[in-house]
Amino acid sequence: MSRPGFVLEVDDRTPPLIVHNGEGFLLERFPLGTRVVYPPEALPAVRDVDEAIQNALLNPIESEPLPELLRPGMRLTIAFDDISLPLPPMKKPDIRQRVIEAVLELAAQAGVDDVELISANALHRRLTPNELRDIVGERVFRSFFPDGKLYNFDAEDRDNLTHLGQTRHGEDVEISKRAAESDLLVYVNVNLVAMDGGHKSTSIGLASYKSLKHHHNSHTMIHSRSFMDHKASKMHHSAWRMGEVLTEHVKVFQIETTLSNDIFGGPIEFLQKREWEWSLKDQASMLGTKRALAAAPPKLRHKIFTDVRANYGLTGVNAGAIEPVHEKTLEMVHRQHLVEVQGQADVGVIGVPYLGPYNVNSVMNPILAACMGMGYHFNSYRGNPIVRKDGALILYHPVPYEFSQLHHPSYVDFFEEVLAESTDPATIEAKFEKQYAEDPWYIHLYRTSYAYHGVHPFYMWYWISHCLDHCGDVVWVGANRKTVERMGFRSASTLQDALEMVSHSVGRSPSITYLHNPPHLIADVR
Amino acid sequence: MMLALEMYRSPAKYLAAKAVGGRIPGVLTGPAAPLRLVTIDEPKAERQGWARIRPILSGICGSDLGMVTGSTKLYFSAVVSMPFVPGHEIVGELLDDCEDLPKGTRVVMDSVLTCAARGVEPCEGCVSGNTNRCDRITVGHVAPGLQTGFCRDTGGGWGNLVVAHRSQLYAVPDGMSDERAVLVEPLAGAVHAALRAQVQPGQSVLVSGAGAVGLFTTLALRELTQAGRITVVAKHAKQRELARAFGASDVVAPDEVFRGVRRSTGAFRLKQDFSGGEFLLGGVDVAVDAVGSKNSIDTVLRVTKAGGRVVLSGMPASGADLSPVWFRELEVTGTYASAREEPNGRPAFETALELAGRAPLDGIVGARYPLYRWREALDHAHSAGRLGTVKVAFDVRAS
Ligand SMILES: [Zn+2]
Ligand SMILES: [Zn+2]
Repeated sequence: MSRPGFVLEVDDRTPPLIVHNGEGFLLERFPLGTRVVYPPEALPAVRDVDEAIQNALLNPIESEPLPELLRPGMRLTIAFDDISLPLPPMKKPDIRQRVIEAVLELAAQAGVDDVELISANALHRRLTPNELRDIVGERVFRSFFPDGKLYNFDAEDRDNLTHLGQTRHGEDVEISKRAAESDLLVYVNVNLVAMDGGHKSTSIGLASYKSLKHHHNSHTMIHSRSFMDHKASKMHHSAWRMGEVLTEHVKVFQIETTLSNDIFGGPIEFLQKREWEWSLKDQASMLGTKRALAAAPPKLRHKIFTDVRANYGLTGVNAGAIEPVHEKTLEMVHRQHLVEVQGQADVGVIGVPYLGPYNVNSVMNPILAACMGMGYHFNSYRGNPIVRKDGALILYHPVPYEFSQLHHPSYVDFFEEVLAESTDPATIEAKFEKQYAEDPWYIHLYRTSYAYHGVHPFYMWYWISHCLDHCGDVVWVGANRKTVERMGFRSASTLQDALEMVSHSVGRSPSITYLHNPPHLIADVR
Repeated sequence: MMLALEMYRSPAKYLAAKAVGGRIPGVLTGPAAPLRLVTIDEPKAERQGWARIRPILSGICGSDLGMVTGSTKLYFSAVVSMPFVPGHEIVGELLDDCEDLPKGTRVVMDSVLTCAARGVEPCEGCVSGNTNRCDRITVGHVAPGLQTGFCRDTGGGWGNLVVAHRSQLYAVPDGMSDERAVLVEPLAGAVHAALRAQVQPGQSVLVSGAGAVGLFTTLALRELTQAGRITVVAKHAKQRELARAFGASDVVAPDEVFRGVRRSTGAFRLKQDFSGGEFLLGGVDVAVDAVGSKNSIDTVLRVTKAGGRVVLSGMPASGADLSPVWFRELEVTGTYASAREEPNGRPAFETALELAGRAPLDGIVGARYPLYRWREALDHAHSAGRLGTVKVAFDVRAS
């Protein structure tokens, strides 16, 4: 049986604690009294996954069973979450493969032969054929990909977009034409964090820049508290309004799956455990791993990490109408991730790991590192941020000057050109966003190569705007001074130095909360 | 007799200097330098229209450094007469009446020694006002030499006395400081380059290099044309700051040119397979090379859009890859010195004097040295960009 999340107060018996630090980790001794927030242990997994899927499709929530929605001659489109989920990628078979296979089987039985499968990548990069295959599995891939019936969504393919109308707030809803003109749109989701799923699946995943810019902007994102709580997130409010317009036009059958926190297995299983409970074997493998990583050349270290595949157990699968399905999903996600934390701290500490949604099979560039720490983990709260207003945030990541020209070409320019001029989200939005969004070269690379859309680094930066606004100080431990300074932050060599640097604003004995993740957690700050 | 720095022919030393290249300051102004401080006879100003000038400040130009370090092409050797006193960026005081200019007038000098100065029938270039294209620079009653500062008979700015012809002189307005006036000659060159660039309203321009030539060209482009975005390639912090002050819309580091130009023009960026060189499809409308190195020329040729214009300002190195000129149908044009009649219908020097009066040029002359400290002066000029200096000058009166 799993144990709930846990808050530990560091005392003199507390051993050094693991802190994720890019492609490696540190053992850090925290000041006495530091509150350490541990994620709950993995929830028990559903034993018979295929049976659970069948059950969800045949007994959906507020919807006819899937077989009743299928008939010969119809146009069926199956859209699925792209490679940004789950993190790290899961061991085969991917849960999406199992769901898609089940849906296709029912479609075949009903005589549906017009089927297309779309990776709902919005402005993310296209997936390579291998990456598509990893998600949908060999059989589906071979049946659909060669005929062009399994493909990436292309938000810049004007001919294949449909404008469905505007929300009551004047927001444009423009999505994949194929999806818009389908008799049934089945969405296959993987929910790792509470931010995803719901109306975000279709009305963001299949939408164009014209549509996305209504909520992916600095104003909306600064007012989203937090993304993990769709009722408090302006971005989600907008997506929900768009979802209403979308569902007026298209029948959507939403399938959402939730996964357990069972991420690190095998020799790195110790990352999954609480340090003071490490067995001798855990300690040995921790030391061995630490030594091996320190000795490994950067390329090998990178490969060791990109090759990590997580176990994950399925904790639930729900299908039917979007909103009630998503309610169930959130319940499950929160059960897995929520940890109650009493009060805010003067200082928050977060280790930024090697992987985020936008650097799968790639490198984590400085902007993505900032986004992981300050967008993703900082925003992983419900109620209030773990840090008090104007408190300090201390992050761990080496933040090397390293970019993938293949995946993130506009990031390099954003870093060199935009951040050199301003780090203020609203300023850069006004001055640079349009240029980047419409740059023909980025569009070309997005459409034909494997590049994130030109505007994507802006979204990453907007995502951290709430953190920028909220925290008085941001200090990175062990980071490249130049990259961090370019982003408007400071770097310190040790935690002690970082605490010294922020002492002018939080004092010499601040309260400290350390978010011990991953595995992922949501701090429920009361 | 007068004190002067003299450039003297010494093939062995010249080649030795060339061998160490322009890379090692100190060595090039050491014993191998083909330059010496000497006391020599003053030049004579006996003919009609000629007068003596006592230099006040005399700038050190890139071409002077090229001469000292031996990096200047031998092409040049046919149009100079040895030994000579270098120095062609001069502000000085007339020691004689010179036609309509009375003795005591502060003057700056267009250093090109044209038909008028040589007392010969004007050539085609001179007749049309393109005095910098004069074909008679080796004949007449003055020794061969394309400019004052490269001619045996005239003296040069790096000495206590120089002679000049009325056709070369422009009076300096009373209110203008010597530090600004000494910049008029290089500014005139920049005016010429900017007008040669024929920038149409709104066109994008790249200026590669942020030494004096690049910075002044940026200034002239901003002042005299309706250029749209001007991107300047600058290496050092002070250069970046000045480039912006002089009108650059963007400043990029040398290793960021492809990225920066691609961004600002929405071009496509290609990488060649083998050499690893890069290439833009699209790019700036006009590029000005103000460095002269192979690298800089290669770069400007590769970031200029098809049918665009590339202006080579300053003496280009050899070995640049010209395939973009062919493949992209580029117009490549050179600019040398400045003309008596520029496309705007005026002498470049007049326009330059106006610019010198109003542009933000305070502090541009960042160091002044007496002649006898010439080794330090040249070393400083050689590392000027790194040291945050734009122009180093000799303070001739203090010598
Ligand atoms: Zn010169
Ligand atoms: Zn002539």
